[in-house]
Amino acid sequence: MKYVISDVMTITKRQLLQLARIPEVLVFSTIQPVMFVLLFRFVFGGSISTGQPGGYVQLLMPGIFVQTVAFTLAATAVGLAEDMKKGLIDRFRSLPISRGAVVIGRTFGDALLNILVLTVMAAAGYAVGWRPTSGSLSIALAFLFLFMFGYALSWIGIYVGLAVKEARTVQSVGFLVTFPLTFLSNAFAPTTGMPKALQYFAEWNPVSTMVAACRQLFGLKNEFGATASSWPSQHPLETSLLYMVLLMVVFIPLSIRKYKNTSN
Amino acid sequence: MKSVIAEHLVKTYRNGEVKALDDLSLDVEEGTVLGVLGPNGAGKTTTVRILATLLKPDSGIATVAGIDVIKHPDKVRELIGLSGQYAAVDETLTGWDNLVMFGRLYHLGKAASVKRAEELLERFSLTDSARRPIKTYSGGMRRRLDLAASLIVQPKVLFLDEPTTGLDPRGRQEMWGVIQELVKGGVTLLLTTQYLEEADQLADEIAVIDHGKVIARGTSDALKKQVGGERLEITVENADIDKTQEIVSRISTSAIHTDIRTISAPVTTGSIALMEALRALDEAKIHPLDIGLKRPSLDDVFLSLTGHVAEEEVIAQPVKKKRGGKK
Repeated sequence: MKYVISDVMTITKRQLLQLARIPEVLVFSTIQPVMFVLLFRFVFGGSISTGQPGGYVQLLMPGIFVQTVAFTLAATAVGLAEDMKKGLIDRFRSLPISRGAVVIGRTFGDALLNILVLTVMAAAGYAVGWRPTSGSLSIALAFLFLFMFGYALSWIGIYVGLAVKEARTVQSVGFLVTFPLTFLSNAFAPTTGMPKALQYFAEWNPVSTMVAACRQLFGLKNEFGATASSWPSQHPLETSLLYMVLLMVVFIPLSIRKYKNTSN
Repeated sequence: MKSVIAEHLVKTYRNGEVKALDDLSLDVEEGTVLGVLGPNGAGKTTTVRILATLLKPDSGIATVAGIDVIKHPDKVRELIGLSGQYAAVDETLTGWDNLVMFGRLYHLGKAASVKRAEELLERFSLTDSARRPIKTYSGGMRRRLDLAASLIVQPKVLFLDEPTTGLDPRGRQEMWGVIQELVKGGVTLLLTTQYLEEADQLADEIAVIDHGKVIARGTSDALKKQVGGERLEITVENADIDKTQEIVSRISTSAIHTDIRTISAPVTTGSIALMEALRALDEAKIHPLDIGLKRPSLDDVFLSLTGHVAEEEVIAQPVKKKRGGKK
Protein backbone atom coordinates (compact mmCIF):
# COMPACT_ATOMS: atom_id res chain seq x y z
CA MET A 1 0.00 0.00 0.00
CA LYS A 2 2.87 2.36 0.66
CA TYR A 3 3.49 2.55 -3.08
CA VAL A 4 0.03 3.82 -4.00
CA ILE A 5 1.18 7.41 -4.56
CA SER A 6 4.26 6.41 -6.51
CA ASP A 7 2.18 4.00 -8.67
CA VAL A 8 -0.41 6.68 -9.40
CA MET A 9 2.30 9.18 -10.26
CA THR A 10 4.00 6.74 -12.61
CA ILE A 11 0.73 6.15 -14.48
CA THR A 12 0.00 9.88 -14.66
CA LYS A 13 3.51 10.50 -15.91
CA ARG A 14 2.98 7.91 -18.60
CA GLN A 15 0.03 9.90 -19.89
CA LEU A 16 1.99 13.12 -19.93
CA LEU A 17 4.79 11.33 -21.76
CA GLN A 18 2.26 10.16 -24.33
CA LEU A 19 1.30 13.79 -24.90
CA ALA A 20 4.94 14.69 -25.29
CA ARG A 21 5.49 11.84 -27.80
CA ILE A 22 2.40 12.66 -29.85
CA PRO A 23 1.95 16.42 -29.53
CA GLU A 24 -0.84 16.30 -32.15
CA VAL A 25 -3.18 15.06 -29.42
CA LEU A 26 -2.39 18.12 -27.36
CA VAL A 27 -2.87 20.44 -30.31
CA PHE A 28 -6.20 18.96 -31.33
CA SER A 29 -7.62 18.73 -27.81
CA THR A 30 -7.08 22.49 -27.49
CA ILE A 31 -7.98 23.50 -31.04
CA GLN A 32 -11.44 21.97 -30.89
CA PRO A 33 -12.69 24.02 -27.91
CA VAL A 34 -11.12 27.16 -29.31
CA MET A 35 -12.92 26.50 -32.57
CA PHE A 36 -16.20 26.18 -30.65
CA VAL A 37 -15.55 29.50 -28.93
CA LEU A 38 -14.98 31.24 -32.26
CA LEU A 39 -17.89 29.54 -34.06
CA PHE A 40 -20.49 30.23 -31.40
CA ARG A 41 -19.18 33.71 -30.74
CA PHE A 42 -19.35 34.81 -34.36
CA VAL A 43 -22.19 32.65 -35.72
CA PHE A 44 -24.75 32.94 -32.92
CA GLY A 45 -23.30 35.95 -31.18
CA GLY A 46 -24.74 38.37 -33.70
CA SER A 47 -28.28 37.02 -33.69
CA ILE A 48 -28.91 36.13 -30.05
CA SER A 49 -29.68 39.23 -28.07
CA THR A 50 -29.17 39.20 -24.35
CA GLY A 51 -29.89 41.66 -21.62
CA GLN A 52 -26.35 41.29 -20.34
CA PRO A 53 -23.76 43.96 -20.79
CA GLY A 54 -20.96 42.69 -23.02
CA GLY A 55 -23.28 40.60 -25.16
CA TYR A 56 -23.64 36.88 -25.92
CA VAL A 57 -20.01 35.96 -25.40
CA GLN A 58 -20.41 36.56 -21.66
CA LEU A 59 -23.14 33.92 -21.47
CA LEU A 60 -21.47 31.70 -24.01
CA MET A 61 -18.11 31.23 -22.32
CA PRO A 62 -19.41 29.45 -19.20
CA GLY A 63 -21.44 27.21 -21.51
CA ILE A 64 -18.44 26.32 -23.63
CA PHE A 65 -16.23 25.74 -20.61
CA VAL A 66 -18.71 23.22 -19.23
CA GLN A 67 -19.26 21.59 -22.61
CA THR A 68 -15.53 21.15 -23.11
CA VAL A 69 -14.86 19.50 -19.77
CA ALA A 70 -17.91 17.28 -20.38
CA PHE A 71 -16.51 16.21 -23.74
CA THR A 72 -13.23 15.07 -22.18
CA LEU A 73 -15.21 12.21 -20.64
CA ALA A 74 -15.09 10.55 -24.06
CA ALA A 75 -11.31 11.00 -24.29
CA THR A 76 -10.85 9.30 -20.93
CA ALA A 77 -13.07 6.43 -21.98
CA VAL A 78 -11.44 5.97 -25.39
CA GLY A 79 -7.93 6.06 -23.93
CA LEU A 80 -8.79 3.38 -21.41
CA ALA A 81 -10.62 1.21 -23.94
CA GLU A 82 -7.55 1.32 -26.18
CA ASP A 83 -5.29 0.28 -23.33
CA MET A 84 -7.64 -2.61 -22.64
CA LYS A 85 -7.72 -3.71 -26.23
CA LYS A 86 -3.99 -3.56 -26.73
CA GLY A 87 -3.37 -5.62 -23.60
CA LEU A 88 -1.67 -2.90 -21.62
CA ILE A 89 -4.26 -3.19 -18.87
CA ASP A 90 -3.53 -6.91 -18.61
CA ARG A 91 0.13 -6.15 -18.19
CA PHE A 92 -0.64 -3.58 -15.48
CA ARG A 93 -2.90 -6.07 -13.75
CA SER A 94 -0.12 -8.65 -13.68
CA LEU A 95 2.16 -6.22 -11.83
CA PRO A 96 2.38 -5.92 -8.05
CA ILE A 97 0.82 -2.45 -8.02
CA SER A 98 -2.07 -1.11 -5.99
CA ARG A 99 -5.39 -1.89 -7.60
CA GLY A 100 -6.74 1.58 -8.07
CA ALA A 101 -3.49 3.11 -9.29
CA VAL A 102 -4.02 2.59 -13.01
CA VAL A 103 -7.43 4.24 -13.18
CA ILE A 104 -6.69 6.91 -10.58
CA GLY A 105 -3.49 7.78 -12.45
CA ARG A 106 -5.46 8.16 -15.66
CA THR A 107 -8.01 10.51 -14.10
CA PHE A 108 -5.12 12.64 -12.80
CA GLY A 109 -3.54 12.77 -16.24
CA ASP A 110 -6.84 13.79 -17.80
CA ALA A 111 -7.34 16.41 -15.09
CA LEU A 112 -3.95 17.95 -15.89
CA LEU A 113 -4.89 18.06 -19.55
CA ASN A 114 -8.15 19.77 -18.58
CA ILE A 115 -6.24 22.51 -16.78
CA LEU A 116 -4.33 23.24 -19.94
CA VAL A 117 -7.44 23.18 -22.12
CA LEU A 118 -9.33 25.52 -19.78
CA THR A 119 -6.39 27.93 -19.77
CA VAL A 120 -6.19 28.05 -23.56
CA MET A 121 -9.96 28.54 -23.80
CA ALA A 122 -9.97 31.34 -21.29
CA ALA A 123 -7.31 33.08 -23.34
CA ALA A 124 -9.34 32.55 -26.54
CA GLY A 125 -12.46 33.85 -24.79
CA TYR A 126 -10.60 36.90 -23.61
CA ALA A 127 -9.43 37.57 -27.14
CA VAL A 128 -13.01 37.64 -28.44
CA GLY A 129 -14.38 39.89 -25.74
CA TRP A 130 -15.15 37.73 -22.72
CA ARG A 131 -14.71 39.79 -19.54
CA PRO A 132 -15.80 38.26 -16.22
CA THR A 133 -16.92 41.07 -13.95
CA SER A 134 -16.67 39.39 -10.55
CA GLY A 135 -13.67 39.38 -8.26
CA SER A 136 -10.64 37.18 -8.80
CA LEU A 137 -11.66 34.89 -5.95
CA SER A 138 -15.00 34.15 -7.60
CA ILE A 139 -13.32 33.59 -10.92
CA ALA A 140 -10.86 31.19 -9.32
CA LEU A 141 -13.75 29.36 -7.69
CA ALA A 142 -15.50 29.05 -11.04
CA PHE A 143 -12.43 27.40 -12.54
CA LEU A 144 -12.15 25.15 -9.51
CA PHE A 145 -15.75 24.10 -10.12
CA LEU A 146 -15.01 23.41 -13.78
CA PHE A 147 -11.93 21.43 -12.88
CA MET A 148 -13.81 19.39 -10.29
CA PHE A 149 -16.71 18.77 -12.64
CA GLY A 150 -14.29 17.49 -15.29
CA TYR A 151 -12.65 15.26 -12.71
CA ALA A 152 -15.96 13.83 -11.52
CA LEU A 153 -17.03 13.14 -15.11
CA SER A 154 -13.74 11.45 -15.94
CA TRP A 155 -14.80 8.67 -13.56
CA ILE A 156 -17.84 8.04 -15.74
CA GLY A 157 -15.36 7.91 -18.61
CA ILE A 158 -13.33 5.30 -16.74
CA TYR A 159 -16.40 3.20 -16.14
CA VAL A 160 -17.60 3.45 -19.75
CA GLY A 161 -14.11 2.66 -21.06
CA LEU A 162 -13.86 -0.46 -18.91
CA ALA A 163 -17.40 -1.59 -19.61
CA VAL A 164 -17.56 -1.08 -23.36
CA LYS A 165 -13.97 -2.07 -24.28
CA GLU A 166 -14.19 -1.33 -28.02
CA ALA A 167 -12.68 2.11 -28.62
CA ARG A 168 -14.93 3.04 -31.52
CA THR A 169 -18.07 2.06 -29.64
CA VAL A 170 -16.80 4.01 -26.66
CA GLN A 171 -16.44 7.08 -28.82
CA SER A 172 -20.05 6.79 -29.96
CA VAL A 173 -21.35 6.10 -26.47
CA GLY A 174 -19.40 9.11 -25.23
CA PHE A 175 -21.05 11.33 -27.81
CA LEU A 176 -24.48 9.86 -27.15
CA VAL A 177 -24.10 10.84 -23.51
CA THR A 178 -22.39 14.20 -23.80
CA PHE A 179 -24.14 15.70 -26.80
CA PRO A 180 -27.71 15.65 -25.48
CA LEU A 181 -26.45 16.60 -22.03
CA THR A 182 -24.70 19.71 -23.27
CA PHE A 183 -27.40 20.80 -25.69
CA LEU A 184 -30.42 20.02 -23.51
CA SER A 185 -29.17 22.68 -21.18
CA ASN A 186 -28.93 26.40 -20.74
CA ALA A 187 -25.42 26.42 -22.17
CA PHE A 188 -26.10 28.03 -25.55
CA ALA A 189 -29.73 29.13 -25.63
CA PRO A 190 -32.55 29.83 -23.18
CA THR A 191 -34.40 26.74 -22.03
CA THR A 192 -37.71 28.63 -22.29
CA GLY A 193 -38.05 27.73 -25.94
CA MET A 194 -37.98 23.98 -25.23
CA PRO A 195 -41.05 21.75 -24.77
CA LYS A 196 -42.10 21.52 -21.14
CA ALA A 197 -40.69 18.05 -20.48
CA LEU A 198 -37.30 19.03 -21.90
CA GLN A 199 -37.33 22.24 -19.93
CA TYR A 200 -37.74 20.22 -16.78
CA PHE A 201 -34.83 18.00 -17.79
CA ALA A 202 -32.72 21.01 -18.73
CA GLU A 203 -33.31 22.66 -15.38
CA TRP A 204 -32.02 19.63 -13.49
CA ASN A 205 -29.31 18.76 -15.96
CA PRO A 206 -25.93 18.99 -14.20
CA VAL A 207 -24.57 20.82 -17.23
CA SER A 208 -27.17 23.56 -16.70
CA THR A 209 -26.49 23.86 -13.00
CA MET A 210 -22.76 24.01 -13.71
CA VAL A 211 -23.24 26.67 -16.39
CA ALA A 212 -25.52 28.64 -14.06
CA ALA A 213 -22.98 28.32 -11.26
CA CYS A 214 -20.15 29.56 -13.48
CA ARG A 215 -22.24 32.44 -14.77
CA GLN A 216 -23.00 33.44 -11.23
CA LEU A 217 -19.34 33.19 -10.26
CA PHE A 218 -18.29 35.21 -13.31
CA GLY A 219 -20.68 37.97 -12.22
CA LEU A 220 -23.68 37.44 -14.53
CA LYS A 221 -27.39 37.18 -13.94
CA ASN A 222 -28.45 33.66 -14.81
CA GLU A 223 -30.53 34.80 -17.71
CA PHE A 224 -30.84 31.49 -19.57
CA GLY A 225 -32.27 29.63 -16.59
CA ALA A 226 -35.91 29.93 -17.57
CA THR A 227 -38.06 28.75 -14.74
CA ALA A 228 -36.26 30.83 -12.20
CA SER A 229 -38.30 29.39 -9.38
CA SER A 230 -36.91 25.83 -9.68
CA TRP A 231 -34.55 24.70 -6.96
CA PRO A 232 -31.52 23.96 -9.12
CA SER A 233 -31.63 27.35 -10.82
CA GLN A 234 -32.05 29.04 -7.45
CA HIS A 235 -29.10 27.15 -6.00
CA PRO A 236 -26.77 26.33 -8.90
CA LEU A 237 -23.61 26.17 -6.78
CA GLU A 238 -25.07 23.80 -4.22
CA THR A 239 -26.74 21.61 -6.84
CA SER A 240 -23.55 21.38 -8.89
CA LEU A 241 -21.49 20.49 -5.86
CA LEU A 242 -24.03 17.86 -4.93
CA TYR A 243 -23.88 16.37 -8.43
CA MET A 244 -20.08 16.22 -8.37
CA VAL A 245 -19.97 14.51 -4.98
CA LEU A 246 -22.69 12.12 -6.07
CA LEU A 247 -20.88 11.22 -9.29
CA MET A 248 -17.64 10.53 -7.46
CA VAL A 249 -19.26 8.59 -4.64
CA VAL A 250 -20.97 6.34 -7.17
CA PHE A 251 -18.42 6.03 -9.95
CA ILE A 252 -15.09 5.88 -8.12
CA PRO A 253 -15.84 2.64 -6.21
CA LEU A 254 -17.78 1.26 -9.16
CA SER A 255 -14.91 1.90 -11.58
CA ILE A 256 -12.21 0.55 -9.27
CA ARG A 257 -14.26 -2.60 -8.73
CA LYS A 258 -14.83 -2.93 -12.45
CA TYR A 259 -11.10 -2.59 -13.04
CA LYS A 260 -10.29 -5.29 -10.50
CA ASN A 261 -12.75 -7.74 -11.99
CA THR A 262 -12.16 -6.90 -15.59
CA SER A 263 -11.06 -9.59 -17.99
CA ASN A 264 -11.31 -9.99 -21.70
CA MET B 1 9.89 -28.87 -6.38
CA LYS B 2 7.00 -27.81 -8.54
CA SER B 3 6.99 -24.10 -9.31
CA VAL B 4 3.61 -24.11 -10.98
CA ILE B 5 0.71 -26.35 -10.10
CA ALA B 6 -2.76 -26.22 -11.63
CA GLU B 7 -5.33 -28.74 -10.52
CA HIS B 8 -8.74 -29.40 -12.00
CA LEU B 9 -9.17 -25.93 -13.45
CA VAL B 10 -12.57 -25.26 -14.92
CA LYS B 11 -13.49 -22.02 -16.66
CA THR B 12 -16.64 -21.42 -18.63
CA TYR B 13 -17.75 -18.36 -20.53
CA ARG B 14 -21.18 -17.08 -21.47
CA ASN B 15 -22.97 -18.74 -18.55
CA GLY B 16 -21.48 -22.15 -19.14
CA GLU B 17 -22.09 -22.30 -22.86
CA VAL B 18 -18.43 -22.21 -23.77
CA LYS B 19 -16.11 -24.41 -21.76
CA ALA B 20 -12.65 -22.89 -22.05
CA LEU B 21 -11.06 -25.16 -19.46
CA ASP B 22 -12.50 -28.54 -18.68
CA ASP B 23 -10.74 -30.02 -15.66
CA LEU B 24 -7.26 -28.99 -16.73
CA SER B 25 -4.30 -30.02 -14.57
CA LEU B 26 -0.62 -29.40 -15.15
CA ASP B 27 2.55 -28.59 -13.29
CA VAL B 28 6.01 -27.23 -14.01
CA GLU B 29 9.13 -28.43 -12.23
CA GLU B 30 11.34 -25.63 -10.93
CA GLY B 31 13.93 -24.49 -13.45
CA THR B 32 12.36 -26.29 -16.38
CA VAL B 33 10.33 -25.28 -19.42
CA LEU B 34 6.84 -26.59 -19.98
CA GLY B 35 5.46 -26.09 -23.45
CA VAL B 36 1.69 -25.93 -23.53
CA LEU B 37 0.83 -26.94 -27.04
CA GLY B 38 -2.55 -26.70 -28.64
CA PRO B 39 -4.56 -25.18 -31.46
CA ASN B 40 -6.43 -21.87 -31.26
CA GLY B 41 -9.22 -22.02 -28.72
CA ALA B 42 -7.78 -25.02 -26.87
CA GLY B 43 -7.56 -23.06 -23.61
CA LYS B 44 -3.89 -22.02 -23.61
CA THR B 45 -4.44 -18.32 -23.00
CA THR B 46 -7.14 -18.96 -20.40
CA THR B 47 -4.69 -21.17 -18.51
CA VAL B 48 -1.98 -18.51 -18.56
CA ARG B 49 -4.42 -15.79 -17.54
CA ILE B 50 -5.52 -17.81 -14.52
CA LEU B 51 -1.95 -18.61 -13.47
CA ALA B 52 -0.93 -14.97 -13.93
CA THR B 53 -3.81 -13.83 -11.65
CA LEU B 54 -5.71 -12.05 -14.42
CA LEU B 55 -8.66 -14.40 -14.36
CA LYS B 56 -10.40 -16.43 -11.68
CA PRO B 57 -11.31 -20.03 -12.50
CA ASP B 58 -14.83 -21.29 -11.81
CA SER B 59 -13.28 -24.11 -9.82
CA GLY B 60 -9.95 -25.77 -9.25
CA ILE B 61 -6.78 -24.61 -7.56
CA ALA B 62 -3.52 -23.14 -8.80
CA THR B 63 -0.28 -22.22 -7.11
CA VAL B 64 2.77 -20.38 -8.39
CA ALA B 65 6.00 -20.70 -6.39
CA GLY B 66 3.91 -22.32 -3.66
CA ILE B 67 1.46 -19.42 -3.40
CA ASP B 68 -2.25 -19.74 -4.13
CA VAL B 69 -3.03 -17.52 -7.12
CA ILE B 70 -6.68 -17.12 -6.18
CA LYS B 71 -6.18 -16.33 -2.49
CA HIS B 72 -3.00 -14.26 -2.72
CA PRO B 73 -2.81 -12.75 -6.19
CA ASP B 74 -0.77 -9.77 -4.94
CA LYS B 75 2.01 -12.01 -3.68
CA VAL B 76 2.04 -14.00 -6.89
CA ARG B 77 2.35 -10.82 -8.96
CA GLU B 78 5.62 -10.02 -7.23
CA LEU B 79 7.11 -13.30 -8.44
CA ILE B 80 5.97 -13.63 -12.02
CA GLY B 81 6.69 -12.14 -15.39
CA LEU B 82 4.07 -12.20 -18.13
CA SER B 83 4.53 -11.53 -21.79
CA GLY B 84 2.77 -12.46 -24.95
CA GLN B 85 -0.28 -12.05 -27.07
CA TYR B 86 -2.35 -10.12 -24.59
CA ALA B 87 0.14 -8.46 -22.30
CA ALA B 88 1.55 -5.48 -24.05
CA VAL B 89 3.56 -2.32 -23.79
CA ASP B 90 2.62 1.29 -24.52
CA GLU B 91 3.16 1.74 -28.25
CA THR B 92 3.19 5.52 -28.23
CA LEU B 93 6.09 5.59 -25.79
CA THR B 94 9.68 4.70 -26.57
CA GLY B 95 11.26 1.42 -25.50
CA TRP B 96 13.23 3.30 -22.88
CA ASP B 97 10.09 5.06 -21.54
CA ASN B 98 8.30 1.74 -21.24
CA LEU B 99 11.02 -0.11 -19.39
CA VAL B 100 11.61 2.76 -16.97
CA MET B 101 7.86 2.98 -16.35
CA PHE B 102 7.62 -0.72 -15.63
CA GLY B 103 10.67 -0.49 -13.40
CA ARG B 104 8.92 2.20 -11.38
CA LEU B 105 5.79 0.06 -11.20
CA TYR B 106 7.89 -2.82 -9.85
CA HIS B 107 8.94 -0.25 -7.22
CA LEU B 108 12.55 0.09 -8.21
CA GLY B 109 13.89 3.55 -7.45
CA LYS B 110 14.32 6.08 -10.23
CA ALA B 111 18.02 5.44 -10.76
CA ALA B 112 17.59 1.68 -10.46
CA SER B 113 14.75 1.74 -13.01
CA VAL B 114 16.91 3.59 -15.51
CA LYS B 115 19.85 1.29 -14.92
CA ARG B 116 17.72 -1.83 -15.31
CA ALA B 117 16.06 -0.46 -18.44
CA GLU B 118 19.44 0.18 -20.03
CA GLU B 119 20.70 -3.29 -19.08
CA LEU B 120 17.69 -4.95 -20.62
CA LEU B 121 17.81 -2.84 -23.79
CA GLU B 122 21.44 -3.82 -24.20
CA ARG B 123 20.75 -7.49 -23.54
CA PHE B 124 17.95 -7.66 -26.10
CA SER B 125 19.88 -5.63 -28.72
CA LEU B 126 17.46 -2.72 -28.54
CA THR B 127 19.82 0.02 -27.41
CA ASP B 128 19.88 1.65 -30.84
CA SER B 129 16.09 1.93 -30.98
CA ALA B 130 15.62 2.74 -27.29
CA ARG B 131 14.53 6.30 -28.02
CA ARG B 132 12.06 5.45 -30.74
CA PRO B 133 8.33 4.89 -30.15
CA ILE B 134 7.42 1.18 -30.06
CA LYS B 135 5.07 1.74 -33.02
CA THR B 136 8.11 2.05 -35.24
CA TYR B 137 9.54 -1.30 -34.10
CA SER B 138 9.43 -4.47 -36.16
CA GLY B 139 7.32 -7.36 -34.85
CA GLY B 140 10.38 -9.13 -33.51
CA MET B 141 11.74 -6.03 -31.75
CA ARG B 142 8.36 -5.40 -30.18
CA ARG B 143 8.22 -8.93 -28.79
CA ARG B 144 11.73 -8.63 -27.43
CA LEU B 145 10.84 -5.40 -25.67
CA ASP B 146 7.69 -7.01 -24.33
CA LEU B 147 9.78 -9.87 -23.00
CA ALA B 148 12.27 -7.42 -21.48
CA ALA B 149 9.39 -5.71 -19.65
CA SER B 150 8.51 -9.00 -17.99
CA LEU B 151 12.09 -9.46 -16.77
CA ILE B 152 12.48 -6.16 -14.89
CA VAL B 153 12.74 -7.95 -11.57
CA GLN B 154 14.12 -11.46 -12.00
CA PRO B 155 10.83 -13.36 -12.03
CA LYS B 156 10.68 -16.77 -10.32
CA VAL B 157 8.24 -17.96 -12.94
CA LEU B 158 7.86 -16.59 -16.42
CA PHE B 159 4.74 -17.00 -18.55
CA LEU B 160 5.07 -16.50 -22.28
CA ASP B 161 1.81 -16.68 -24.16
CA GLU B 162 2.46 -17.48 -27.80
CA PRO B 163 5.69 -15.50 -27.91
CA THR B 164 6.24 -15.90 -31.64
CA THR B 165 2.71 -15.89 -33.08
CA GLY B 166 2.60 -13.50 -36.01
CA LEU B 167 6.36 -13.18 -36.37
CA ASP B 168 8.19 -13.85 -39.62
CA PRO B 169 10.68 -16.75 -39.65
CA ARG B 170 13.59 -14.47 -38.85
CA GLY B 171 11.79 -12.83 -35.95
CA ARG B 172 10.87 -16.27 -34.67
CA GLN B 173 14.47 -17.49 -34.83
CA GLU B 174 15.64 -14.40 -32.93
CA MET B 175 12.97 -14.86 -30.30
CA TRP B 176 13.89 -18.51 -29.86
CA GLY B 177 17.50 -17.50 -29.33
CA VAL B 178 16.50 -15.00 -26.68
CA ILE B 179 14.28 -17.51 -24.89
CA GLN B 180 16.97 -20.20 -24.99
CA GLU B 181 19.38 -17.75 -23.35
CA LEU B 182 16.84 -17.12 -20.61
CA VAL B 183 16.31 -20.80 -20.03
CA LYS B 184 20.06 -21.30 -19.62
CA GLY B 185 19.83 -18.75 -16.82
CA GLY B 186 17.57 -21.19 -14.97
CA VAL B 187 14.19 -19.49 -15.08
CA THR B 188 11.05 -21.59 -14.70
CA LEU B 189 9.07 -21.06 -17.84
CA LEU B 190 5.58 -21.89 -18.97
CA LEU B 191 5.24 -21.23 -22.65
CA THR B 192 2.19 -21.66 -24.82
CA THR B 193 2.43 -22.20 -28.51
CA GLN B 194 0.53 -23.51 -31.45
CA TYR B 195 3.76 -24.31 -33.24
CA LEU B 196 4.85 -27.87 -32.73
CA GLU B 197 8.38 -27.03 -33.77
CA GLU B 198 8.56 -24.30 -31.15
CA ALA B 199 7.60 -26.64 -28.32
CA ASP B 200 10.12 -29.14 -29.66
CA GLN B 201 12.87 -26.48 -29.68
CA LEU B 202 12.26 -24.78 -26.36
CA ALA B 203 10.46 -27.08 -23.94
CA ASP B 204 11.78 -29.77 -21.61
CA GLU B 205 8.34 -31.17 -21.35
CA ILE B 206 5.21 -30.73 -23.41
CA ALA B 207 1.58 -30.75 -22.37
CA VAL B 208 -0.71 -31.12 -25.35
CA ILE B 209 -4.08 -29.52 -24.73
CA ASP B 210 -7.26 -29.64 -26.70
CA HIS B 211 -10.78 -28.51 -25.78
CA GLY B 212 -9.61 -27.33 -22.36
CA LYS B 213 -7.99 -30.60 -21.31
CA VAL B 214 -4.47 -31.97 -21.20
CA ILE B 215 -4.61 -34.91 -23.57
CA ALA B 216 -0.98 -35.94 -23.45
CA ARG B 217 2.07 -35.05 -21.53
CA GLY B 218 5.74 -35.89 -21.67
CA THR B 219 9.04 -35.03 -23.28
CA SER B 220 9.05 -34.42 -26.98
CA ASP B 221 10.78 -37.80 -27.44
CA ALA B 222 8.28 -39.64 -25.27
CA LEU B 223 5.36 -38.13 -27.14
CA LYS B 224 6.88 -39.13 -30.44
CA LYS B 225 7.41 -42.67 -29.21
CA GLN B 226 3.79 -42.77 -28.16
CA VAL B 227 2.83 -42.33 -31.79
CA GLY B 228 5.21 -44.96 -33.10
CA GLY B 229 8.88 -45.62 -33.62
CA GLU B 230 11.23 -44.74 -36.42
CA ARG B 231 10.70 -45.43 -40.08
CA LEU B 232 13.28 -46.13 -42.71
CA GLU B 233 12.62 -44.08 -45.81
CA ILE B 234 14.36 -44.54 -49.14
CA THR B 235 13.68 -42.61 -52.33
CA VAL B 236 15.02 -44.17 -55.57
CA GLU B 237 14.71 -43.93 -59.35
CA ASN B 238 11.64 -45.61 -60.84
CA ALA B 239 13.70 -48.46 -62.28
CA ASP B 240 15.02 -49.41 -58.84
CA ILE B 241 11.71 -49.54 -56.96
CA ASP B 242 11.12 -53.29 -57.12
CA LYS B 243 14.67 -54.17 -56.13
CA THR B 244 14.60 -51.66 -53.26
CA GLN B 245 11.32 -53.04 -51.95
CA GLU B 246 12.91 -56.46 -51.87
CA ILE B 247 15.91 -55.13 -49.89
CA VAL B 248 13.70 -53.31 -47.41
CA SER B 249 11.60 -56.41 -46.86
CA ARG B 250 14.76 -58.22 -45.68
CA ILE B 251 15.35 -55.53 -43.03
CA SER B 252 11.84 -54.79 -41.86
CA THR B 253 9.25 -57.45 -41.22
CA SER B 254 6.33 -55.04 -40.99
CA ALA B 255 4.21 -53.47 -43.68
CA ILE B 256 6.21 -51.80 -46.40
CA HIS B 257 4.66 -48.68 -47.80
CA THR B 258 5.47 -47.34 -51.24
CA ASP B 259 4.50 -43.83 -52.18
CA ILE B 260 5.54 -43.03 -55.78
CA ARG B 261 9.33 -43.47 -55.51
CA THR B 262 9.62 -43.47 -51.72
CA ILE B 263 9.69 -46.78 -49.94
CA SER B 264 9.21 -46.71 -46.20
CA ALA B 265 8.87 -49.26 -43.43
CA PRO B 266 8.95 -49.27 -39.63
CA VAL B 267 12.25 -50.40 -38.12
CA THR B 268 13.23 -51.22 -34.57
CA THR B 269 17.03 -51.22 -34.80
CA GLY B 270 17.52 -47.59 -35.78
CA SER B 271 20.85 -46.74 -37.36
CA ILE B 272 21.81 -50.43 -37.70
CA ALA B 273 18.87 -50.89 -40.03
CA LEU B 274 19.98 -47.81 -41.93
CA MET B 275 23.50 -49.17 -42.43
CA GLU B 276 22.19 -52.56 -43.48
CA ALA B 277 20.01 -50.90 -46.07
CA LEU B 278 22.89 -48.77 -47.37
CA ARG B 279 25.16 -51.79 -47.71
CA ALA B 280 22.52 -53.82 -49.52
CA LEU B 281 21.71 -50.96 -51.88
CA ASP B 282 25.39 -50.46 -52.62
CA GLU B 283 25.84 -54.16 -53.43
CA ALA B 284 22.86 -53.97 -55.77
CA LYS B 285 24.40 -50.85 -57.38
CA ILE B 286 21.36 -48.76 -56.49
CA HIS B 287 22.03 -45.10 -55.75
CA PRO B 288 19.23 -43.77 -53.57
CA LEU B 289 18.11 -40.18 -54.17
CA ASP B 290 17.39 -39.87 -50.48
CA ILE B 291 17.71 -42.18 -47.54
CA GLY B 292 17.15 -41.69 -43.84
CA LEU B 293 15.48 -42.55 -40.60
CA LYS B 294 12.33 -40.52 -40.07
CA ARG B 295 11.08 -39.98 -36.57
CA PRO B 296 7.47 -38.89 -36.17
CA SER B 297 7.09 -35.12 -35.92
CA LEU B 298 4.97 -33.43 -33.31
CA ASP B 299 2.50 -32.89 -36.11
CA ASP B 300 2.09 -36.64 -36.28
CA VAL B 301 1.74 -36.68 -32.49
CA PHE B 302 -1.01 -34.11 -32.57
CA LEU B 303 -2.82 -35.80 -35.39
CA SER B 304 -2.78 -39.18 -33.72
CA LEU B 305 -3.85 -37.74 -30.34
CA THR B 306 -6.65 -35.48 -31.45
CA GLY B 307 -7.62 -36.75 -34.83
CA HIS B 308 -7.03 -33.34 -36.32
CA VAL B 309 -4.05 -31.25 -37.32
CA ALA B 310 -3.06 -28.55 -34.85
CA GLU B 311 -3.00 -25.42 -36.94
CA GLU B 312 -5.90 -26.16 -39.20
CA GLU B 313 -8.68 -26.70 -36.72
CA VAL B 314 -10.14 -23.23 -36.93
CA ILE B 315 -10.24 -23.20 -40.69
CA ALA B 316 -11.30 -26.81 -41.07
CA GLN B 317 -14.62 -26.54 -39.27
CA PRO B 318 -16.42 -23.99 -41.43
CA VAL B 319 -15.24 -25.80 -44.56
CA LYS B 320 -16.93 -28.98 -43.33
CA LYS B 321 -20.19 -27.14 -42.76
CA LYS B 322 -20.07 -25.68 -46.24
CA ARG B 323 -19.72 -29.10 -47.78
CA GLY B 324 -22.64 -30.38 -45.74
CA GLY B 325 -24.74 -27.49 -46.96
CA LYS B 326 -24.08 -28.23 -50.60
CA LYS B 327 -25.41 -31.74 -50.32
